[in-house]
Amino acid sequence: MDAFTTHTGTAAPLRRSAVDTDQIIPAEYLKRITRTGFEDGLFVAWRRNEPDFVLNRPEYAQASVLVAGPDFGTGSSREHACWALLDGGFRVVISSRFADIFRNNSTKSGLLTVALPQADVEALWAAIEADPALPVTVDLQANEVRYGDTTVPFSIDEYTRWRLLEGLDDVGLTERNIPAIEAFEGARPAWLPKALPVP
Amino acid sequence: MPTTLAEKVYDAHVVRSAAGEPDLLYIDLHLVHEVTSPQAFDGLRAAGRTVRRPDLTMATEDHNVPTLDILSPIADPVSRAQVEALRKNAAEFGIRLAPMGDRDQGIVHVIGPQLGLTQPGMTIVCGDSHTSTHGAFGALAVGIVTSEVEHVLATQTLPQYRPKQMSVTVDGELPPGVSAKDVILAVIAEIGTNGAQGHVIEYRGRAIEALSMEARMTICNMSIEAGAKAGLIAPDQTTFDFLQGRPHAPQGADWDAAVEYWSTLRTDEGAVFDREVRLDASTLTPYVTWGTNPGQGLPIDGIVPDPADFADEGERSDVEQALAYMGLAAGTPLREIKVDTVFLGSCTNGRIEDLRVAASLLRGKHIDADTRMLVVPGSVAVKAQAEAEGLDRVFLDAGAEWRGAGCSMCLGMNPDQLKPGERSASTSNRNFQGRQGKGGRTHLVSPSVAAATALTGRLTAPADLETVPATRPTTPTGV
Ligand code: SF4
Repeated sequence: MDAFTTHTGTAAPLRRSAVDTDQIIPAEYLKRITRTGFEDGLFVAWRRNEPDFVLNRPEYAQASVLVAGPDFGTGSSREHACWALLDGGFRVVISSRFADIFRNNSTKSGLLTVALPQADVEALWAAIEADPALPVTVDLQANEVRYGDTTVPFSIDEYTRWRLLEGLDDVGLTERNIPAIEAFEGARPAWLPKALPVP
Repeated sequence: MPTTLAEKVYDAHVVRSAAGEPDLLYIDLHLVHEVTSPQAFDGLRAAGRTVRRPDLTMATEDHNVPTLDILSPIADPVSRAQVEALRKNAAEFGIRLAPMGDRDQGIVHVIGPQLGLTQPGMTIVCGDSHTSTHGAFGALAVGIVTSEVEHVLATQTLPQYRPKQMSVTVDGELPPGVSAKDVILAVIAEIGTNGAQGHVIEYRGRAIEALSMEARMTICNMSIEAGAKAGLIAPDQTTFDFLQGRPHAPQGADWDAAVEYWSTLRTDEGAVFDREVRLDASTLTPYVTWGTNPGQGLPIDGIVPDPADFADEGERSDVEQALAYMGLAAGTPLREIKVDTVFLGSCTNGRIEDLRVAASLLRGKHIDADTRMLVVPGSVAVKAQAEAEGLDRVFLDAGAEWRGAGCSMCLGMNPDQLKPGERSASTSNRNFQGRQGKGGRTHLVSPSVAAATALTGRLTAPADLETVPATRPTTPTGV
């Protein structure tokens, strides 16, 4: 996983609320068995059916920060939604509210989700609609979003922040605790089920 | 300090906790299917890791499984690749797999309980949102994503933050014809699709205690549709009776020890919930959804809502978009909505009791001439049981299709899909845009509403049937 320290890029305004993961990437793409190459499925229904969908507009084609309405990432827990956003060139999603599961997934794949009050989201929308080339900086070291003359602080839990800054992989972290896992296993009741075949 | 049931199960599985870090929880059972696992196994291979506890891991094929002609190779190349990847991975990493055609195959959330692998007080994970189903047994059952699947395969643990606690108390008694599905649709309509975010829901109260295990599974299944991390119900005699004698249930002295422990799994008097919701079961009627999320539901007596009635601008536009997608006009009585397809199945309502309820309404009748009905048992064992009871004949005689076990039209990863613009009444759990096929429109319903709807071709409550002439005369043997 790539470390995330600070990122500067242009931003795309996605003025929709309750964007569910089926819209981010439809179920048909879940059939793949690879871990990358999901950019073709990202918001595919909107990209195909709505010619002036924001990501179809050339001025937002290079955006790497997505600024969405509230309740982003609801619905099915597909991690592919994060992979598709990353594959589609996004490193950050900003919204006033994220679905828990989506948010949890995003940190595992190195996609940063930043929750800002809706009023700040509206201000950012207005700014990037007025000037689509406006650089937006998301600084995880300073916990700030900066654009133009505006600086908006955000909060994120320390552990997630540390892991993103260091680019640390979960399994490796847990493997430091093998002795504790072994001790726990030694104390489990013997009657707990085993998934081995029963005649 | 008094604790809740969910806290008890959680606390009993903490391997390690440190300030500012998630707790490391031990996982008692890891269920695996073909959709969310290939990249996880790839990750293990890439890092040279093995599966720590293959004996606590069980795999099956469900999402991509065709429900017709299950013994020929899967026609769709991508579906076939996923299923083949799972077979290869299960063999390579030494994991038990119930493949298509196996007596234990079925939807992952149906087979766990059926085999007795799902037991009270356990921690259970699966790379699937509806893992909450297993909470019906008083287990803490959480849906995880592919990178977490890899983590559990490698370490048999999962980093977790302590969830918030919520109680949904359903008092009173359910009226006849009103089922667990209606309860949960009513709960979600009441609290919204994000109403339980960050919480584990414990369902309690007289109406919940009176439910069968199948019905409890229906309720816990849809906890995720209210945004919850998990849903659970305290184990009781109904739970123990369901488990006793199942292949993986403890036996003899182990059974006694297990029941003694399971009996301690209840919320203490005075335990504090972060949020409490109460519902009176006796006021409930069959619920159906009209929109494109499971919270957009109403009693079947209702009418399609008018966007103008919503003061909040965001909500108004969500309702407008939902109605446009669903092709519905505000003010239309829900009972006048015509459907093309009825789908009876899924991990929400694909168990034997669900099939029995639907069959009892269809027996000796014929479904509407313009409606097709797909009946898809949740597992091979459910199918066999239904056939032993003659339910397959009831469905076939009524003009429905009797299929093989799997997820099927719940999400249309296999060939069972709606065509653009087609409308279904579905016993599954999600009515998102395109969920059952591109452009397909879904109304979520209970099994008895599904059967009644199949008979009339319009959304119909079972009680309406008494006033609607059947397409064919009923035989006196009706149940
Ligand atoms: S039946 Fe539907 S909800 Fe259940 S596991 Fe299968 S696809 Fe998911």
